[in-house]
Amino acid sequence: QLCRNLSTFVYSFSLPQFPGFDDLYCKFCFVYGQDWVPTAGLEEGISQITSKSDVAPTTLVWNFPIDITFKSTNPSGWPQIVVSVYGPDFFGNDVVRGYGAVHVPFTPGRHTRTIAMFVPESTSRLQKFTSWFTGRRPEFTDPKVVAQGEGREVTRVRSQGFVTISFNVVTKDMKKLGYDVSPSDMQNPSLQQSFPHFFQ
Amino acid sequence: KCVYALLKVVHNLPPVPSTSRTGFAEFSVRERMREKLKAARSKAEITLLQEDPSPRPRRLKSIRERKTDFRLDKAVRRCIVSCYSDNKKVSNDFPSAEEAYNFFTFNFDSEPESIKAGARKRNELNEEEEAEEECMFALKIYSEQLKKEKEFLFTPSMLAVPPSEKMPGNMQPRYLEDEGLYTGERPFVSQSNQNILENRILRQEQEWFGDDGKILALPNPIKQSSTRPPIFSLEEGIAPELETVYRKAIKMTAANQYLVGPGDFQGPFQLDIDISGLIFTHHPCFSREHVLAAKLAQLYDQYLARKQKNLTKLLTDKLHALRNAVECSIDSGDAGVPRPVAQQSIPEYKIEIRQTRRLRDAEQDKDRMLLKTIIKVWKQIKSLRDFQKFTNTPMKLYLRKEEVDQRLDEKAYEAEIQAEINELLEECMEEYEKKMKEYKTELQEWKSWKTTQSKKKKKKKDIHEEEESVEDCDLGEERVKPIPPKMANSLEIEQQVREKAENCRRKPGEPALIPELVLSGSITPTELCPRAEVLRREDVKKRSAFIKVLFNAKEVSRTVTRPISSDFRVHFGQIFNLQIFNWPESLKLQIYETMGMSSTTLLAEVFIPVPETTVLTGSAPMEEIEFSSNQRVMLDHEGVGSGVSFSFEADGSNKMTLMTSGKVSNSVSWAVGEKGIPLIPPVSQQNTGIPSALKNIDAIASIGTSGLTDMKKLAKWAAEAKLDPNDPNNAALMQLIMVATSGEAHVPDFFRLEQLQQEFNFVSDEEFNRSKRFRLLQLRNGEVAEFRNYKQVPLHEREISEKIFQDYEKRLQERDVIDSKNYLDAHRAVVANYLQKVRESVINRFLIAKHNFLLSDLVNEEEIPSLGILGLSLFKLAEPKRPLKPRRKERKKVTAQNLSDGDIKLTDSFSGCSCFEDIRPFVEVSFQRTVCRTTTAEGPNPNWNEELELPFRAPNGDYSTHSLQSVKDEVFINVFDEVLHDAVEEDPERGSGIRTRVERHWLGCVKIPFTTIYFQARVDGTFKVDVPPVLLGYSKEKNLGIERGYDSVQNLSEGSYITLFITIEPQLIPGESVREKFDTQEEEKLLQAAAKYEAECTSKFPSRKCLTTVIDLNGKTVFITRYIKPLNPPQELLDAIPNSSQTAELVARYVALIPFLPDSVSFAGICDLWSTSDQFLYLLAGDEEEHAVLLCNYFLGMGKKAWLIIGNAIPEGPTAYVLTLEQSQYVIWNPSTGCFYGQYDTFCPLQNVYCLISCDNIWFNMQEYDSPIRINFDISKPKFWKSFFSRRLPYPGLRSIQPEELVYQDADKAAAVELQGRIEKILKEKIMEWRPRHLTRWNRYCTSTLRNFLPLLEQNQGKDIEDDHQAELQKQLGDYRVSGFPIHMPFSEVRPLIEAVHSMGVHTIDVSNVEFALAVYIHAYPQNVLSVWIYVASLVRNR
Repeated sequence: QLCRNLSTFVYSFSLPQFPGFDDLYCKFCFVYGQDWVPTAGLEEGISQITSKSDVAPTTLVWNFPIDITFKSTNPSGWPQIVVSVYGPDFFGNDVVRGYGAVHVPFTPGRHTRTIAMFVPESTSRLQKFTSWFTGRRPEFTDPKVVAQGEGREVTRVRSQGFVTISFNVVTKDMKKLGYDVSPSDMQNPSLQQSFPHFFQ
Repeated sequence: KCVYALLKVVHNLPPVPSTSRTGFAEFSVRERMREKLKAARSKAEITLLQEDPSPRPRRLKSIRERKTDFRLDKAVRRCIVSCYSDNKKVSNDFPSAEEAYNFFTFNFDSEPESIKAGARKRNELNEEEEAEEECMFALKIYSEQLKKEKEFLFTPSMLAVPPSEKMPGNMQPRYLEDEGLYTGERPFVSQSNQNILENRILRQEQEWFGDDGKILALPNPIKQSSTRPPIFSLEEGIAPELETVYRKAIKMTAANQYLVGPGDFQGPFQLDIDISGLIFTHHPCFSREHVLAAKLAQLYDQYLARKQKNLTKLLTDKLHALRNAVECSIDSGDAGVPRPVAQQSIPEYKIEIRQTRRLRDAEQDKDRMLLKTIIKVWKQIKSLRDFQKFTNTPMKLYLRKEEVDQRLDEKAYEAEIQAEINELLEECMEEYEKKMKEYKTELQEWKSWKTTQSKKKKKKKDIHEEEESVEDCDLGEERVKPIPPKMANSLEIEQQVREKAENCRRKPGEPALIPELVLSGSITPTELCPRAEVLRREDVKKRSAFIKVLFNAKEVSRTVTRPISSDFRVHFGQIFNLQIFNWPESLKLQIYETMGMSSTTLLAEVFIPVPETTVLTGSAPMEEIEFSSNQRVMLDHEGVGSGVSFSFEADGSNKMTLMTSGKVSNSVSWAVGEKGIPLIPPVSQQNTGIPSALKNIDAIASIGTSGLTDMKKLAKWAAEAKLDPNDPNNAALMQLIMVATSGEAHVPDFFRLEQLQQEFNFVSDEEFNRSKRFRLLQLRNGEVAEFRNYKQVPLHEREISEKIFQDYEKRLQERDVIDSKNYLDAHRAVVANYLQKVRESVINRFLIAKHNFLLSDLVNEEEIPSLGILGLSLFKLAEPKRPLKPRRKERKKVTAQNLSDGDIKLTDSFSGCSCFEDIRPFVEVSFQRTVCRTTTAEGPNPNWNEELELPFRAPNGDYSTHSLQSVKDEVFINVFDEVLHDAVEEDPERGSGIRTRVERHWLGCVKIPFTTIYFQARVDGTFKVDVPPVLLGYSKEKNLGIERGYDSVQNLSEGSYITLFITIEPQLIPGESVREKFDTQEEEKLLQAAAKYEAECTSKFPSRKCLTTVIDLNGKTVFITRYIKPLNPPQELLDAIPNSSQTAELVARYVALIPFLPDSVSFAGICDLWSTSDQFLYLLAGDEEEHAVLLCNYFLGMGKKAWLIIGNAIPEGPTAYVLTLEQSQYVIWNPSTGCFYGQYDTFCPLQNVYCLISCDNIWFNMQEYDSPIRINFDISKPKFWKSFFSRRLPYPGLRSIQPEELVYQDADKAAAVELQGRIEKILKEKIMEWRPRHLTRWNRYCTSTLRNFLPLLEQNQGKDIEDDHQAELQKQLGDYRVSGFPIHMPFSEVRPLIEAVHSMGVHTIDVSNVEFALAVYIHAYPQNVLSVWIYVASLVRNR
């Protein structure tokens, strides 16, 4: 086989904080570069609907595990998880409550990431009203756009809340291939002598 | 719910806060209805409240019920309570202690009855309102949310508060002003704001109101008149406040550039500045004598300096040495030194000698001149002293004579002159020889020219005498006979040399003069001087000078003030020790002069260079720095002044102006500390310490400068002086220079922006470029076609094979190489190459444009529903759920990027066909070499009703829009006849049986390009099947009414038709065209009119495409009518048939023979590029619009009335057709097939007509229908056709971009015959290749027969041919069952021909004794348009 493995194993569950919203569910997908291939697990998925608890704390919890393994030949295009949260509006229409993306952590171990979520804004006040009224709010044509920068300058967004994801990351053969991602202390940032591997 | 109701009550009472909300004016009717409802409800509510004994706790409780997580904060509660109390007109708004106690302790659940009562009441109300409520449900919810917000927000009313409420008790307002008291003016606050404030205060505390019932207010603090003086502007028309004032830009001194941080103080750094004195080279108080003396001193200094260098001596010595060397090398030419070396060096020496001599002469000249001037100035001084009768300066010049030996001197002089003369002579000789050589060659040329001329002349005279004028021209150009060069005269040279020597050299025997300047002269005491001089001397005595030292533009110290001495010298002799913290950026001395007690003037500023870190106190040399001042001083005594012209001459001529100038002698150095440590800033000290990137670079720069710049100079000098690098004396020096120039400690003479870049380059650039992996990544990132979708770039270099790049590199190399192998025709290869280049440039532009996004690309947003759409959606509700004739529903579109192989399928469904008699046809669809077939149906009008699915594979697995658009594959829909042959075979073992052999015979085909399906999303309709003119083994039903011409509706039986529906599953979104504004040469006004016209048209008929401007091949926007212009068809076609109607068909056929190449294929759907007719004929490829434009132009050229139709047709989609008016009938021409249809032809592929274009106008179809059958083509009716140019906007006479006339190359018959042979060979090979397991026999006899048929077919354009091929073949071949047919195609390249033959499937027959016949005929038309006929047949011998 031509390519060596450089695997990432992600396990995550989410914990959204959306003030004022309830009955939310989330869709997730992964965005990764051309050199990455998922070898196991689902690239896209949808979680269950979660509602607020009557007793404190009134956070929404999905506790939704995602299992995915990637292999790659290039650290460029490191996978990002894109999360989009949906929930019913006043009339019961499913509307988007937020988009967000975060890179899967590089270092093995357990990590918690809090993603700030946002939604695109309507272009005008009248649009805002009609979209509120009809329950068809502006959405990204593809949720994956939030994982990249290109073209985002034409949009306006409003922040909507947070989603917390914990990752459990396992990597394999990273060091063998010249990538040292183990945490290093700040005094000795380890610029590895094995870097030239990258070009061999 | 109760609170909600209560709020409504409050709102309905005055003041009504909700009326201030004006945001819903549009719902005013509904609002009014709602008000009514509210009024009814509130009435009920009030009664409810009155009935209720303890309303408040219940209300609060209900809040708690509704909002469990919301804690009522104090303000809100107070607000609600106050609302309530306001309702009851209670002034005290705070809840009493008892109420508060109740609120917190009451058991709320113990009062269910009252709620029930309320609920009951509400239910009654609800029943009444049910009807209205249903329809306003949505609105209510929205308002409910607003109300909910109002639970927490208090909006004070804008209405005025009655004064009684503002006054405590029943007090009457008291107006102090009326009582005669001064109240002051209140500041202006708008009435509504005041009311809002009052309303708010009323809810809170009362003590804000004064006696007069108004809010307490201080008097207006703003004064009536301004106390500042007004500003008056100098400039007219600019407000004084806005006037701009020029301020000189001030450079910020970097005062914070500390050498060391505050933390690690390493001790003081010290600069020692030694200012020893000041000498004026000119001063206003200089007397004339002083001026001359200064000049003399200057000259003497110069003399001394020159003497020290003694260049003349040096050069003379060198000259002698060189001369000796030349002589030596000539003498010992054949001895020690190898000959060539010596030979070579002699001319070099000679050149050297010449140069040296010239230099020496110049130096000697200068020496002599200097001496002369010194003497002259001294003489001037002497005469001046005599004239003024006093002496001011102690200067004295002695001229010492040095006696020389006259004889020796003369000898040397003469020898020198002789040597020079000889050299010069030699030089002249050389030059003469050179010139002579030139002269000879020139002469030779001239002679040869002369002889030819004379020959010509003779000839001409013999033959013609008329051409004399021409001859004259020739004679006019006659060359001048070259002049031989002159030999130099030795006498002349001698004279020259002697003259020069006399001028610049000491005469032989003359004593050498050596000037000596001494200051031993006595100055005349003041008493003996005239008055003017006394005044001057007194003035000088009054003057004194001092110097300020400025460090980083700040004064740090100054010298004592010293008087200027009579010889204009000031001695200071002071050393300043500067302890510094800042990096020295500038060191400056300011020289001041004071006059008596009064004024101090700044004479000049002198910048001192900051010393190198190597310059330490003790070793620093004294330096003199010159300064000068532009001060202008005029004095009334003997002093000459500064900046004032004066003269030494009596008549005042020869004026000179001198400026105050002088020299400061000083030295600056770094101090040395107690222990001998130099107190130099740490930058240099740390040089050997921790290597830090930043400091390293700076250190190199700062240390190196002195040493290295010198080193450079040294190297330069060494190179110029031709130092012998092998001389052991020079060894040390050379080594030093080598080090300096090798760049090891090299001072960069460039500015580097990213100093640290080098630190991060972990491999060198060469290695970087060599890396295959990196290259792969770069190419992929650059979106190079081959690598754009390369997945998983290998991790290691060794895993990347060289092969990956081979194709790419090959393409790069072959870009300019024309490969004729695939094209068989040089012209077409050139064109293909050209097209490829155009394509690349367009694609590059597209790739750039692709990265520009619009909001709609990223965000899906619903359009604001207009009233029409709302109405439509209401109308939809009334539609039947399952209509009797269901329409195909629009399917969900899929963006192309998510697709992968095998996801996309082509779905074809067939329903009907009308064909030949007595057949069992079936349909086979092949796409990308995948073949699917239907079942076999019976009879001439079969009906299949089947659905076939074919997989689709994008090239390179690239499913992007861009790549899909450039798929060139076509869907072939072939109709076959299944023929069963019963073959009785005797099998000795099993007995006899009947075997049925199935043969299939091709009947016809329909070709649909994939791009059409892709852009159309679906292809639906009845298509004419391309049936070859002859089908061997079949006979057509004879048409009865063969009325050819334009007037008849074509018969159904004229052709075979097939109804089909093709789509892609899932539906793909075709790429949008690039949003790019193209360059244009059209007028802006016209473009605006075009945009307006298009907008108007599309707003009326959004589905109809209105075309006004198109893009030409250069990517420029061109107005469409410029393409239409009468053009001449090839003369050959016009002459062919005299009948006019036939000619039109012939021309149409000619146009159709030009191969079809959709723009979307070549330019990947980016844009429709329109080429002009000559470009089109050159490229020999184009799509519908090019064909249509050419055909339309031909028709116009033939004198017909013709228009271009922009419309929609099946299967092409949006396309261009041609409309002609023939004998009061409109005829529609399909330019890409050459077929024509009457207006009322039901099988016309043109479905919709959008607009018509002529050479001077555009008409947009304004009729209700756009099907050609149902519309009126009379463009003169503005009701039916909206014209672009009208009376309002007259046609400006746009010049056509078409050429004046088309020039055609003649048909190249020979090339056609050659091509014919090659194609035949290729096709035969291919057929054999497709039958790998069978022997393929070729029946030559049949082939030659077929070959004879083909030219006839071409002649008749494939029509009206008698079906006698069969008979003739039978006659010639005998007992063969022949099946086959001719196919006709325009020629572009070989591949389509092969594809076509393959799709016919003749080769699939697998009878053992089958034979084949294949004939190709190519007919060449002008301009290399080729019509290809291929006759394929299979023969089976009948037994």
